[in-house]
This record gives sequence, structure tokens and C-alpha cells, in this order.
Amino acid sequence: MGLDFTVLPEFLDTLLLGSLWTIGITLSAAILSFFGGILFAVIALYAPAVVRYPFRLFAWLFMGTPLLLQLFLIYFGLIQIGVDLPAFVAGVIGLGLHFAVYNSDIIQAGILAVDKGQFEGARTLGLSNWQSIRKIIVPQAVRAVVPPIGNNMIALLKDSALVSVIGVTELTLSAQLAISKTFRPFEFYLAAAACYYVINLLLEAGLRRIERRIQAAR
Amino acid sequence: MDFDLIFRVYPYFLQAALVTIQLAVYSTALGLICGALGAAARLSRSKALRFVGAAYVSVFRGTPALIQLFILYFGGPQIGIQLDAFEAGVIGLGVNIGAYMTETMRGAIISVDAGQNEASRTLGMSRWQTMNKVILPQAFRLMIRPLGVNINAQIKGTALVAAISVVELTYTAQRYIGSTYKPFEMFFLAGIIYMAIIYVTGLGISWLDRRAAIR
Repeated sequence: MGLDFTVLPEFLDTLLLGSLWTIGITLSAAILSFFGGILFAVIALYAPAVVRYPFRLFAWLFMGTPLLLQLFLIYFGLIQIGVDLPAFVAGVIGLGLHFAVYNSDIIQAGILAVDKGQFEGARTLGLSNWQSIRKIIVPQAVRAVVPPIGNNMIALLKDSALVSVIGVTELTLSAQLAISKTFRPFEFYLAAAACYYVINLLLEAGLRRIERRIQAAR
Repeated sequence: MDFDLIFRVYPYFLQAALVTIQLAVYSTALGLICGALGAAARLSRSKALRFVGAAYVSVFRGTPALIQLFILYFGGPQIGIQLDAFEAGVIGLGVNIGAYMTETMRGAIISVDAGQNEASRTLGMSRWQTMNKVILPQAFRLMIRPLGVNINAQIKGTALVAAISVVELTYTAQRYIGSTYKPFEMFFLAGIIYMAIIYVTGLGISWLDRRAAIR
């Protein structure tokens, strides 16, 4: 059939709109996974045993199974129990939870690496247990683990392509829509790959800036 | 939880798990080859080879594996590459994980102390001998654990080929979710099998790591 890249300009706006959705879903899921990761880390380390052990089982399940399978579970599983979420919301929750578990693992290591004296000092100064964790330990732990969390965000951007299978019209599905009209998969998937690559470069540049600022603040 | 249903369908899941294992084994083997070549290129003295290695890593780590699979499987025929879904899955996943393994292997090689290289060269060994007899044996020990992490990710990554309709574990689970409307049961079943595969692989990696350790 050969290649013909002249079909691309006609669908440029489809691809750009898809890129915006990809950026939107990545950012939403990234924010969810960041704060979810902090919450999960605190639960995994400090919650009473009745909460902690079931939670670890849940985390273990999420780390041991493919994201695609989890997306199917969330999207179709919630329908089964009567919650019909829009695909976008299901996608953000699926991606966000999946990466929150990975972030939580990193943040836990960060929390354990904060000097014990910090906690004791905070308690001695009259802060409560919870205040010490929230205001003294977690901020220091999170700063220390920004680079590996940044790597997770980059992985999240690429894994956001998976939500196309539950019908979110982001970049990958937009390319598929253009392909269904033109029957030119090579050209459009290549164009989508180029868009992902550019978004990836932007995200990396943004993360480097955040890392530099945090490094300066320490 | 409908255990009757689980007992009825689990043989099909086990069959599908065999396909998942095959995908993981073949694509990991291909990934190790690509990773070794990529790391050699990135550490080579030739500027052109270094560029090729860096471009390989950047492009394959900078775009989603799903898109790479789609380009290969759906776009391939346009440029004369006809593959069935399983072959496309193995090649696509293998070349993708190879980019990550390139960095893992390069990281292990450059983290061997520079003094080792200098000492070997001073003792009159050639560059090749130094790499072969001094650096690599030490680097191999360092790369077993991080490669294990790559392989762990790859086992879960095989789920992607469900999107090009290879009948592996996730595709089977998806099909049964569609026909039985029991997503939790199907997730549970497929999840246990994935975790078993990952667990056994992890044991293997630990065993290798212990054997390679200097006693």
C-alpha cells in the first residue's frame, strides 16, 4: 500500500485534541497518584494493624497485576455494582490508583529515611503524633523522593495510552478514529508516537525544573 | 464471589497463562539481546554508534509501548512487514523492554569502579580483554537485580498484546468479563495467575543473585 503522509494535515486537529486529552488525563491521574501515594504511605506505616494488613494486601495485588487488567476491573466492575462512571473518570481513577501504589512504595522508603530525631524533636516540642507526621516527616520525605516519583509520572504518561481500550478519546484512540476513516495505520500511529514523544520531552523538562527548585529549597 | 464459575473457567485461564509465559520468555530473551547491543553501542568509541544507541533508548522509552505495538502490527503491512499477532507481540515487547535494559546494563557497567579499568590497561590488557575479563564479570553481578525489575515489568507488560487480540491471560479475562458479567471473579483469577508467575520469576532472580554473589 505504501506510505502517504499527506493525509495527516486533514486530521491535525483530531490529533491535537487527543494530545490535550492525554495531557489532561495524565495530569489528573498524576495529582491523584501523588496525594494518593502520600496517603497510602502513611496508612501502610502508621495505621492500626486492622487497616494496615488488608491495605498491604491491596497494594500487593495492584503491584502484581497488569494495569490493563485493573482498568477492565474498574470500568466493568463498577458497572456491575451499579456505578456507571464516564470512561474518563474510570481511566483517571485506574491510572491514579495504580501509580499511587507505586508512589506509596517510594514515599514509604523516604519516610523511613527521615532521621528519627525529627519525629522525637517534634513530639518534644508539643506537636501531636499526627501533626508531627503531617508537618515534619512527610514534607521532608516527599522532597527526598521527587526524582523517582517524577520517573513514575513519565511512566504514567506512556501508560495513559491504555485508557484508549476503555474508550477514552485521548491521543491513541484519536489516532484510531483517523485510521478508521483513512485506513492508514502506519502514518497515524507514527504521528501519535511523535506527539507522545513531544509531550514526554515537555514533561521531563517540567520535572527537571521542579527538581531544581526543591534542591534549592533544601 | 462465584467460586463455581471460577472452577469452571480456570482451565481456559491456565491455557492462556501458557501464552503469557511464552510471550514473556521470548520477549525477555529478545530484550536482553537488544539491551546488550544497545549498551555496547552507547559505550562504544564511535560517535555514530553512541548516537544510534541513545536514539534507540530515547525513542522507545519516550513513546508508549502500546503505540509501538500498533505501528508494528497494524502499520507493518504498509511497509511490507507481515506478522501474526503473537510475533508482533514478541518483537514489539522485546524491542521496547530492550531500551530499558540498555540503560540497566549500561548503568551496571559504568558503576564498576574506574580504577579497575585503569589498572587492567596498565597491566597491559587490551580494551577488549579488560571489558571481557575484568569489567563485565563484575557488571553482571550488579545487573541481575535491576534486570529482574525490568523482567517483572515485562511480565505485566505482556497484557498489552491483548489489544492486538493475542489470546493471552488479560484477553481471556476480558472476554470472560464480557460473556459472564463477573469482572471481580475474572480479575481475581487472572490476578492470581499473574502473581504466581511473577513470584516464581522473583525466586529465580533471587537464586541467580545469590549464586553470583562473591563469597
